Amino acid sequence: MRPLSPTLISMAALALIGSATLTPGSSQAQELSYSQVERGRYLTVAGDCQACHTDLENDGVPFAGGRGLGTPFGTIFSSNLTPDDETGIGRWTRDDFYRALNEGVDRDGNHLYPAMPYPYFTLMTRDDTDAIFSYLRTLDPVTTEVPENELPFPLSVRRSVWGWKLLFFDDQEFVSDPNASDAWNRGRYLVDGPMHCGGCHTGKNALGADDSDEYLRGGVLENWYAPNIRGGESGGIADWTQDDIVEFLRDGRSRHTAPMQRMGEVVAISTQHLHQEDLEAVATYLKSLDDEPREGQSEPDAARVEVGEAIYFDNCAACHASDRSGVPYLFASLGTSNKVLAEDPSTAIRIILGGARAQPTEAVPSVLAMPPFDWKLSDDQIADLMTYLRHSGDRNAGPVSASQVSEMREYLAGEH
Amino acid sequence: MTFSQDRFAAAARELGLSPFPVPSANMSRAYVNPLGLQLAPCTYCGFCEKHGCGNYSKSSPQTTIIPVLMQRPNFALRTNSEVLSIDKAPDGSRASGVTYIDANGDSFFQPAEVVVLCAYPLENTRLLLLSQIGEPYDPQSGEGVVGKNYCYQVMSSATVFYDEEFTNGFVGAGALGMVIDDYNGDNFDHSGLGFIGGGYIACHTTNARPIESHPVPDNVPSWGSRWKKAVRENFLKTTSVGVHGSSMAHRSNYLDLDPTYTDAHGRPLLRMTYDFTLNDRRLTQHLTPVAEQIANGMGGREVKVNIRRGSYDSVPYQTTHNTGGTIMGADPKSSVVNRYCQSWDLPNLFVAGAGLFPQNAGYNPTGTVGALAYWSVDAIINQYLRQPGPLVQP
Repeated sequence: MRPLSPTLISMAALALIGSATLTPGSSQAQELSYSQVERGRYLTVAGDCQACHTDLENDGVPFAGGRGLGTPFGTIFSSNLTPDDETGIGRWTRDDFYRALNEGVDRDGNHLYPAMPYPYFTLMTRDDTDAIFSYLRTLDPVTTEVPENELPFPLSVRRSVWGWKLLFFDDQEFVSDPNASDAWNRGRYLVDGPMHCGGCHTGKNALGADDSDEYLRGGVLENWYAPNIRGGESGGIADWTQDDIVEFLRDGRSRHTAPMQRMGEVVAISTQHLHQEDLEAVATYLKSLDDEPREGQSEPDAARVEVGEAIYFDNCAACHASDRSGVPYLFASLGTSNKVLAEDPSTAIRIILGGARAQPTEAVPSVLAMPPFDWKLSDDQIADLMTYLRHSGDRNAGPVSASQVSEMREYLAGEH
Repeated sequence: MTFSQDRFAAAARELGLSPFPVPSANMSRAYVNPLGLQLAPCTYCGFCEKHGCGNYSKSSPQTTIIPVLMQRPNFALRTNSEVLSIDKAPDGSRASGVTYIDANGDSFFQPAEVVVLCAYPLENTRLLLLSQIGEPYDPQSGEGVVGKNYCYQVMSSATVFYDEEFTNGFVGAGALGMVIDDYNGDNFDHSGLGFIGGGYIACHTTNARPIESHPVPDNVPSWGSRWKKAVRENFLKTTSVGVHGSSMAHRSNYLDLDPTYTDAHGRPLLRMTYDFTLNDRRLTQHLTPVAEQIANGMGGREVKVNIRRGSYDSVPYQTTHNTGGTIMGADPKSSVVNRYCQSWDLPNLFVAGAGLFPQNAGYNPTGTVGALAYWSVDAIINQYLRQPGPLVQP
């Protein structure tokens, strides 16, 4: 189990930072065709750019920036992507924009913090970044005062990013695999490029860069564990069909579970609006990724499992069913949950303590919520409950300790 | 259905009656409604009647429509707010909007092209009276319409106590029940009975919540150790056959503004003037023995009959099935709204709810309330909005 303490970066997000000294000049008028702008709009949706570049907590104007993203290193504020000359990208050129996405440098040559997911966007083609740029130019310019980043020295010095990039970043474009199907290649491009799934779902090293051994095997973002999304025989979504994945991303519901909180935001802003064939491509690619079989865990203490089962029956079974199978599309099946059975049980513990809300979508507007149990169940009880849940048939994901629960409880208490 | 309903159905059939499952807007399995909203299978927690459903199993607006409306940019919901009055245009020809107060005590005027009054029958009546819309009903002269035809219900029951069998009444749902309709409306011969109407007779397993629900047989004291012992012995082994009787309007039963008591804003409270009528009493005298007969056939140790006696009393809870006060009709002299639930006085004011019912039939009103709402909204969209004005000429 990974510690809950913030050793991992949260890269799913944001921040074309800074641009302190803008020189007045070449704001260029370019011919924009509808198809180019529309393609750019679609890619902007696929990239979920709006999520980080909008101050959602304060009802900010879309794309006007200012959302604070808590990284383990400090808070980074997203930049203004509207074409405002002074505070946005009004004076940027297509070349500037391409460099930002491809190389992680801004118009003045400053390095961008990798909270802006350019390590993924670097795979995007020039055509695609040009299209996104064309779309962003059509937005109404908005003047925003983005707060200063709250980073400690030496991270506050942008040159520190240079060293990070030297170690962990290659600017590169996507290369298709000629032996794989078009759908697979498209899926891989979307997953690794614009959708930057690895930002949350790939484990990170101590400096917040993707650990290639942990590719899509699950990662931690702001104390949420983003589950393993590899398919095959042994991946976290081995039980999911391609249709399950498509339904999850398109409707915000699947037989297994629903997107909540962080992933809920991604589905709401991004994936529910993507084309069916792109979602199918993503599913094709994810299902093709197998994983190493999990190492066997030690048998949990039988007494704890028994106590956990009783707690489950009293508190959980009414919705999630006494056999843990849930109700398809409504209440998660806990027997096969990749959150419950993950190496890192953070998300499952967090949901038990704090509750959760399934994301409403255009297709399924229902607001389904699970209530918090922090007031009702002690750390020991939740630990036993989780230990029971993780000991499911032939899968044994290992016990959970009361201290893991209490760490999360403290973290959540500090949040409010 | 559970043990109790099985016993009820068998006993009713034995008497030549026709039991059937109670119609219900309670989900027994997962369901997606036509708007794409999800409802979940009921968990039989038994808290439906006085509580919101935490499990999305009871059809109520927050599960069946509000989430869809919340996605619309032209929809706004003001929570913790209370409408104080419906305001009229200076010439009195139409409603100009409503004045409401929020949780901070700040009041606002909300202008409106159309006002739909749906604050429950009692408050609908009160708001019309407070806003001086329509002629208040006068029981002396029989003139006036607002507050007229207030009806309630006449309820009675027979409780069955078992020795061995467990009824487990706490495992309940909102409308988990079997019912007979043989004694409702005109379904039976009323010759010589001296009353009109009737009621349904049903066995529901619902709302047996701890503290609130503790049925004990006759001859048990109402407190102390013998009472506690009786509660322990009987809580899991009782069920009840209920009579849900209709209530016909009477000249002396009505709603008006209270001359003495006011609310926190200084506005008069609503006053209810009500008692059971001779019709109600004859009705319950005729139907309660049928319920008792069915109960006697359900195989229990004993049956306790709870007869409706004396004058109306607001303390023992009956139902929430209040009707009348803002009734619909064909003539502005005798009704508050026309057949489209449109005010006779202000054509851009529409009224919803069971206050529209001129009489209270022997049924739960919700289905009809919903049907009338659809009926009225259809008229607003397809007739009124095209040509605003009275939809029925008096």
